[in-house]
Amino acid sequence: MSSIHLNANKATILVVGNGMTGYKFCEKFVDKGLMEQYNLVVFGEEPWAAYDRVHLTDYYTGTDVHDLKMAPRSWYEDNGITLITSDPVVNINRDEKQITSSRGHQLNYKYLVLATGSAAFVPPVPGIDKTGVFVYRTIEDLDNIKSYIKDKKDAVVIGGGLLGLEAAKALMDDGLKTSIIEFAPRLMPRQLDETGGSVLKQKLEDLKLEVKLNKSSKLVLGNGSVTGIEFADGEVHNTDVIVVSAGIRPRDELARQCGLQLGERGGILTTPDTLTSDSSIFAIGECALIHNMIWGLVAPCYDMADVAVKRIAGEEAEFSPADLSTKLKLIGVDVASFGDVFGEGDGRKELVYENKATGNYKKLFVSEDGSKLLGGILVGDAADYNTLFQLYSNEMKLPENLDSLLFTSDGGGLEFNVLDLADDAVICSCENITKGNIVTAIEEGDLTNIGQIKKCTKAGTGCGGCAPMLNDLMDAVLKASGKEVKKVICEHFAYTRQELYDLVKVEDIKDFSDLIHKHGKGQGCELCKPLAASLFASIYNTPVPQQSAIQDTNDRFLANIQRGGSYSVVPRIPGGEITPDKLIVIGEVAKKYELYTKITGGQRIDLFGAKVHELPLIWEELIAAGFESGHAYGKSLRTVKSCVGSTWCRYGQQDSVSFAIEIENRYKGLRSPHKLKGGVSGCIRECAEARGKDFGIIATEKGYNLYVCGNGGANPVHAVLLATDIDAATTIKYLDRFLMYYIKTAGPLTRTAKWLAQLEGGIDHLKEVVIDDSLGLCAQLENDMQGLVDTYQCEWRTAVENPQHRSQYRHFINSEEDGSSLKFIPMRGQKRPADWVKEEDPIAIGVGVSS
Amino acid sequence: MSIELIESDKQVIEWFAAGKVEDFPVDAGVAVKYKDTQLAVFYFSDSNKWYASQNLCPHKLEMALSRGLIGSEGEEPKVACPFHKKTFSLKTGACLSGDELEISTYAVKIEDGIVKIGITE
Repeated sequence: MSSIHLNANKATILVVGNGMTGYKFCEKFVDKGLMEQYNLVVFGEEPWAAYDRVHLTDYYTGTDVHDLKMAPRSWYEDNGITLITSDPVVNINRDEKQITSSRGHQLNYKYLVLATGSAAFVPPVPGIDKTGVFVYRTIEDLDNIKSYIKDKKDAVVIGGGLLGLEAAKALMDDGLKTSIIEFAPRLMPRQLDETGGSVLKQKLEDLKLEVKLNKSSKLVLGNGSVTGIEFADGEVHNTDVIVVSAGIRPRDELARQCGLQLGERGGILTTPDTLTSDSSIFAIGECALIHNMIWGLVAPCYDMADVAVKRIAGEEAEFSPADLSTKLKLIGVDVASFGDVFGEGDGRKELVYENKATGNYKKLFVSEDGSKLLGGILVGDAADYNTLFQLYSNEMKLPENLDSLLFTSDGGGLEFNVLDLADDAVICSCENITKGNIVTAIEEGDLTNIGQIKKCTKAGTGCGGCAPMLNDLMDAVLKASGKEVKKVICEHFAYTRQELYDLVKVEDIKDFSDLIHKHGKGQGCELCKPLAASLFASIYNTPVPQQSAIQDTNDRFLANIQRGGSYSVVPRIPGGEITPDKLIVIGEVAKKYELYTKITGGQRIDLFGAKVHELPLIWEELIAAGFESGHAYGKSLRTVKSCVGSTWCRYGQQDSVSFAIEIENRYKGLRSPHKLKGGVSGCIRECAEARGKDFGIIATEKGYNLYVCGNGGANPVHAVLLATDIDAATTIKYLDRFLMYYIKTAGPLTRTAKWLAQLEGGIDHLKEVVIDDSLGLCAQLENDMQGLVDTYQCEWRTAVENPQHRSQYRHFINSEEDGSSLKFIPMRGQKRPADWVKEEDPIAIGVGVSS
Repeated sequence: MSIELIESDKQVIEWFAAGKVEDFPVDAGVAVKYKDTQLAVFYFSDSNKWYASQNLCPHKLEMALSRGLIGSEGEEPKVACPFHKKTFSLKTGACLSGDELEISTYAVKIEDGIVKIGITE
């Protein structure tokens, strides 16, 4: 057991529990300057420093543990706080004012702060302890679920509240058929009314989530492991996994054990000044029962931490019942409620809007005289939430035309300017930050982005719901002070991408060193270097191998880095058409170099697991068989996907494969602000999914319809129609203009859909530029594109034929060893990289890891 | 012959000859094998400075830093891991992108056209 060193001249404050509330207590304690007077010691039972539990599902979907941290361990050290993790407090001796931890630490305290939080409530259903039943509460829970469901097909989530719905979505995204079981007659019974609940249910069902209401669990079935669940009504639902998210239970064991008073149904009985029945012990957060209630949201828990700190500092403070407003993006469905959501009390008027076609539902309660907003529920589209919430929380006078409240963001009438808010209007209710605080911070600190606001004021660091409001406020303040809001590339270049594009072109700048000496400062970074490389390639078609030092690793090695540090190789297969002989070559190369092979979403074949020194050898064999680089590693044209079209298909209107090949060969190697994908479908059935691409061509009887600016990915967007029934030559002409205009004007790493969304005038403007030549640019755009098409070269060939470049393809400079730390494990007759190490905290560092 | 040392309070126990200056990439990094471990060496042409660090990125434990882009943050020379763009100071080894990570850095000197890395304990 390591010993704890404390200043013997200071009294000690002990915090039990290192969740979000415990951390917030420490932060406010430090801010108050109390570290000069006291030792502060925090005990946590989890192995981590405090993390953000509100965003736990982000961890499930891939966010790093480190990114969820409230503060790094070093923050505690820097502030002189003693943080002891993986060591829960097991005993409190109130007479001696002394605690004992599980590892045997014994410490005396002046004040003890219980921030033990809550645990998942697990209903006492027989069989609930079987293997395969989980709760959804901690990082460990999520890790356990992840590893258990690998070969499972069907999951049940018990509980249709906030967290239950998040859990269901995460399971569904992992490929399990998922059902939500709710005891109440509607989803989110504490936040939504009946109509709101049923609108939400419909939305979830549209996403293929099954919802069962009015279901009481009777028995968990299975011999050792879960095989199903039986309900009180006799129905049996077969399933492989059960995740319980049926509410929370305050962690009051420790308080109970030392004889503190508890509420009838649990929770540490606590007065509004956050003191328990022992005047040396505070209780804050979800373990505390204050105003006869457990407060399960971040904002009120933070308030309690603030009250406790003030009391310790000898100030007056009381916790008052908080507003339980919530806004969530649940499963891609907006849900929000605020104020009095059930319209309790007399003399209230209801405003209701429901659009069954789109699944939008809004219900607002206003005072009898129509002057004030009292509360509301929004399902489907909560874009108006921030405006409505401000009207409500600041008791602002409502407009004469109350209908405008229902349509604030759709141009329906209500003009709302954030600058009109009173200075004491609370913008961030988690941290209790007012509009005045934020405006002052922006003006005095010369702040220009949201990150700075968060850092300076802590606004937006809790639930994050006020971020759009912060953005509006930032823009409004800057605009009012006459400052331009400009998106510069990074600290080295005070230009936008478009400005830099023009500078490079006009001044004929051809290398990074020249560019940064003329227009930038410092030594560049991982943002501006690849951007400059992309500009040089887009403007001069400078072969990438000639500027390898400013390329991201994928472009530097002309292959895609994968877990374990190996690379994958994707030869171009235009339009997805390939001869049997070429297929055989790919198979032979994959066998020879022991590569894992997979068909990609873009109708080609990816070869995984190549070591760096093998890349030129693999390319040589592929090039000899007539292949070229597929540019899968670049921000450049990837593939033009096609369906088989009129040559074979009985429905086909045009020869979509031939056209896709022609287009892919025209634009291959084209460097752009982000990756580019295209598609050509032979008829309206759209088997090539062309409307999910940056450009999509769909054959018609008379020619082609051209769609632009779609994408798949995290935010799927359908491409929109640019031109109808045009011939092949016109299609290519418009494509040349469209692509070149995008390449010239888009921001860094901005795909076409986002670019179009930000383009002033939208698709109408784009049509005018590309079709009507409203800017007089078309001849130039076509000319620039033709120049790029004419100077295309296969980068793999350039790399293998240039001895100096080729010499880079080795791991060590001083050894022929391949040096890789690659470890592979077998899978379905092939191989894949071993899993990433599970993160320890903190990770041991050093060079002592053998090759 | 120029000698560039980075600030370090550790005792150099060996100057390891990694290779000839002309074999090293300019404004980029490369991996060097030292006993059973891997180091990364970086050369900044603009300031004519050399830096060395562990090749292992402490984030996901990949031997990857030598393949990362280099540059500066303020006055601090840095490298960005190619996997998730965690950035590290090549002077102090501190993580500059806000994570609780750190790398070991080493002094580099050039003698008779040979790049030498100051191995510490």
